[in-house]
Amino acid sequence: MTELRYLAPDTLDEAIGAFAKAGSAARILAGGTDLLVQMRSGVLKPGVIVDIKKIPEMMGIEQTADGGFRIGAAVSGMALAEHKSFSKVWPGVLEAVNLIGSKQVQGRASAGGNLCNGSPAGDSVPAMVAAGAIVTVQGPNGRREMKVEDVPAGPGRTNLKPGEILVSFALPPRPPGSSDAYLRMIPRTEMDIAVVGVGVSLTIKDGTVTAARVGLGAVAPTVLLVEDAAKALIGSKLDDAALAKAAAACSAACRPIDDKRGTIAYRTKVAGVLLKRTAAIAAQRATQKN
Amino acid sequence: MAKVHVTTSINGEPMEFLCEPSDTMLDALRGPLALTGSKEGCASGDCGACSITLDDRLICSCLMLAVEAQDHEIRTIEGMAQGDKLHPLQQKFLEMAALQCGICTSGMLVASDALLKKNPEPSEEEIRFWLAGNLCRCTGYDKIVRAVMETAAEMRAQ
Repeated sequence: MTELRYLAPDTLDEAIGAFAKAGSAARILAGGTDLLVQMRSGVLKPGVIVDIKKIPEMMGIEQTADGGFRIGAAVSGMALAEHKSFSKVWPGVLEAVNLIGSKQVQGRASAGGNLCNGSPAGDSVPAMVAAGAIVTVQGPNGRREMKVEDVPAGPGRTNLKPGEILVSFALPPRPPGSSDAYLRMIPRTEMDIAVVGVGVSLTIKDGTVTAARVGLGAVAPTVLLVEDAAKALIGSKLDDAALAKAAAACSAACRPIDDKRGTIAYRTKVAGVLLKRTAAIAAQRATQKN
Repeated sequence: MAKVHVTTSINGEPMEFLCEPSDTMLDALRGPLALTGSKEGCASGDCGACSITLDDRLICSCLMLAVEAQDHEIRTIEGMAQGDKLHPLQQKFLEMAALQCGICTSGMLVASDALLKKNPEPSEEEIRFWLAGNLCRCTGYDKIVRAVMETAAEMRAQ
């Protein structure tokens, strides 16, 4: 690690130039809560660290004119929690981001880092998938947008191209009667890694679900968008039959590992249970606002 | 490899130090800055013994590079007492024996102080969730949580 160079550019163009030039030796530093641990344990020995926190676009939270949100990739969970209106519009995304580590970790850790770390169990990712977030990435060949669910490629890997940096998340405007929720199963109450995580976003009109998205984490090599679960909810009044069908779709989507944190059978069952509970919370929040 | 020169503010005082680019803020505090109140427990952000604030936000100094301190404001346990006068939390931890071996104590105090600045009237549950990132292997936490609650009540009364 003695060869390490630290760069903290003020502009995105400079950051991309430095990041692309250093190639595979470079790592992006946002909150550092994964990167520094990986460096310390010897898993990673980067030659160049590009700190993106001096770039205004990476650190901003903006409510757009249409009611959507744009969140910089390096915004910390604590900064997002302190935003005036974000928690009212996207309570599920916020509760997911604020389940990442301790208060100390939330002071630094970002949703962008959580996504790019590529863990199938990252808490913010299923909630962002349910929210229908679109990410902006920028690299040597310019800017492009991706669906958030298309970013993870497998444990520890993303579909970002060499030299590309995640810039921001765009969350769409919310029709009336919309809300979201995130629940995870962990063996204790805090400071743990999801055994299963479920994000649900709903729009409800006159008691009937008119739009739904479901994100499922920690049960496959990547976080999943479960379209069959959403289809089971859309058009329903969240009756037992619809919830059972959506829960079955979540269980069917699972391709989990068997480890000390949870067996395949357990994770598969819990995915369905959590879908029902998360949908109930999202629905309660959505109808409260009507 | 040349060391990096960092200009920062620590506990309200302008400060300069030299560090390797890979050094953590905790390395810098305990090394060149000789502020050894922040402890290294796990060095991976799990135990909270190295808790400090960066621009008034609670963080683990083991998860921050020392070079990141440039032009920012750091506060540590050493800045908590005013001269010989202990901060009310420090005084209460002593009175209520909310510590045994002491390794977690500076992190507990820094984290509790950050909580009370944000929320002067936390419930017991809020305190326990806030301090979930501060591990204590001696006290069983009850004395710590009670000391924070008692301090909060006294500070509100003043």
